[in-house]
Amino acid sequence: MPPHEDTAVFAHPFEVSIPTTYNGGPSPTKRMPWMDPFFKNLTRCVAFLVFSILIAILISLFIHGEPAIRKFGFDFIVSAEWDPVKERFGALVPIYGTLMTSAIAMIIGIPVSFGIALFLTELSPTWLKRPLGTAIELLAAIPSIIYGMWGLFVFAPLFAEYVQPPLIKSFGSLPIVGALFKGPPLGIGMLTAGIILAVMVIPFITAVMRDVFELVPPMLKESAYGLGATTWEVAWKVVLPYTKIGVVGGIMLGLGRALGETMAVTFVIGNTQRLGASLFAPGNTIASSLANEFTEAVGDLYAPALIELGLILFLITTIVLAFSKVLLLQLAKQEGRKS
Amino acid sequence: MKSEIVQRLISCTAIVFGLAAATSATAVDITGAGATFPYPIYAKWAEAYKAKTNIGMNYQSIGSGGGIKQIQNKTVDFGASDMPLTPQELDKDGLLQFPTVVGGDVPVVNLKGIKAGELKMTGPLLADIYLGKITKWNDPAIAALNKGVKLPETEITVVHRSDGSGTTFIWVNYLSKVSPEWKAKVGEGTSVAWPAGVGGKGNEGVASYVQRIEGAIGYVEYAYALQNKMTTAAVQSKNGEFVQGNAESFKAAAAGADWAKAPGMYLILTDQPGKNAWPISGATFILMYKVQAKPENAKEVLKFFDWAYTSDGDKLAATLDYVPLPGNVTKQIKDIWKQQIKDSSGKSVY
Repeated sequence: MPPHEDTAVFAHPFEVSIPTTYNGGPSPTKRMPWMDPFFKNLTRCVAFLVFSILIAILISLFIHGEPAIRKFGFDFIVSAEWDPVKERFGALVPIYGTLMTSAIAMIIGIPVSFGIALFLTELSPTWLKRPLGTAIELLAAIPSIIYGMWGLFVFAPLFAEYVQPPLIKSFGSLPIVGALFKGPPLGIGMLTAGIILAVMVIPFITAVMRDVFELVPPMLKESAYGLGATTWEVAWKVVLPYTKIGVVGGIMLGLGRALGETMAVTFVIGNTQRLGASLFAPGNTIASSLANEFTEAVGDLYAPALIELGLILFLITTIVLAFSKVLLLQLAKQEGRKS
Repeated sequence: MKSEIVQRLISCTAIVFGLAAATSATAVDITGAGATFPYPIYAKWAEAYKAKTNIGMNYQSIGSGGGIKQIQNKTVDFGASDMPLTPQELDKDGLLQFPTVVGGDVPVVNLKGIKAGELKMTGPLLADIYLGKITKWNDPAIAALNKGVKLPETEITVVHRSDGSGTTFIWVNYLSKVSPEWKAKVGEGTSVAWPAGVGGKGNEGVASYVQRIEGAIGYVEYAYALQNKMTTAAVQSKNGEFVQGNAESFKAAAAGADWAKAPGMYLILTDQPGKNAWPISGATFILMYKVQAKPENAKEVLKFFDWAYTSDGDKLAATLDYVPLPGNVTKQIKDIWKQQIKDSSGKSVY
């Protein structure tokens, strides 16, 4: 069989039915008058499907978590007790852990991502841009469990041996900050989890920041340089204001990942339902509690309590997203005032 | 080229239909779900049993909690749990339970210069360590038991399971039996409110924390400690001897138990009397309905476990470091099957 026949059949499977020249027959809209409304409705259905799934998840979380919501009420959020044996549940520890580890991740991740994105768009020699950019994108594609294993087997031992002891020595005896750096250097705990999360969100934030930085019209930057601005001034006063909506969006994307991350955190956080002031103390996050405890949650309140935890995570994420939207609106308003 | 593809398609379809025909030709496949601890042996048994009888057993290791829920919803022929249900819980749903294999928890430590089996522990001491009351390895209470062993001044880091687990249940059940304080403050269950320490996910999580943190003590499933050559500690048995955790001492614990007298076979093998009985042993259980809506499936399930209790099944269990039940126990179990598992008309299924 000659090779060209082969390609004729398989190379362009979709072009077969489309006539390449107009043959004088009725136009497509005449032939299929139902096509456009059908397509419109189809897309509308799909769009609403997403919305209804969201509502359905929220409702089912409510229904299945209801026994716990009724039993514990508001105490669920403020109580730090998590005792499956006596069936007393409070979510303060995982809520605190979720917010704390995400905060650490953001404190480390945002400046680093900003630096990387700035280097890639403004400072890097052209031949380095492609390989560096690809490397960042590859980092984003690594499954979270790999980060968890790396965190536990590589990072935690090094952290316990070389970073924690000096931190304890230099900060541990200070009056208020000291409480954050107390306890035995186990290598695992809240700070480790936060750092691993930072490593995980950096590629996300960086990728978005780089893309939006590249959208800044060169003329704006060149004008600033022409006026004698330094690179830092261009970045801070031209690039960042121009791209702030995209930048905030990227940060929110990273924050979303950090809040919901499960496996990597479970590996390094130490998984204890105890409230510790120290960043070196083991803790827990909502996602990690769910992953740990769901399989063996027996009893009338245990599983509902875990589902209520899921609901709280859902709400935290919603609040964060809503907050970021408000922030963006606020920024947009200010823009209007200036002009 | 085209004809080749068509040919391939035809042969593919033939295979699919052939498979469908083959599965429909066999007798009922049995399904089960639950505990993760016995999953490897159930899978191995299923494979060997399928080869022998052409009857498949499909077991999903979704955790004991899930197994109990699935059997309550009657979506499976049997449930599996590492934690036995109390007679009241069994009666509520009309369930019956029986043990399949025995395992045990062993304490593992990470201490410089201490070899496996060298360190001696008692139950109350372990309870005090897990309560966070004893915090240094050179504590007088530990030193008094271990004369001649050089104990460092290291802090003790307690490691426990972070996920709910039958392994945890056996461990805290033992601590509750030997320490009134543990019983009052913490109690027992597949997961508890740990007063101290850090939590690792799964046996491998606990093992990696213990191996990583100097001065750590943890507990893992025996097979896991064995396969990873971990530093285990000896524990004082109810008879007062210091026993090493291994197949023989688990067997001794299982043999000493009187299953016939335990209502609903609710028996936890911790702190059992008997010479060299390992005090932190436990069995894993199968849950079935006493009145069977589908007696033909129940019959296959019982035939499967009947075979699993034979020397063939025992050998497979031993290769995976599970401890088979002693012969006198399996005989009692089979008697219970005969007496208690019936179809809807009241006829014995087994």
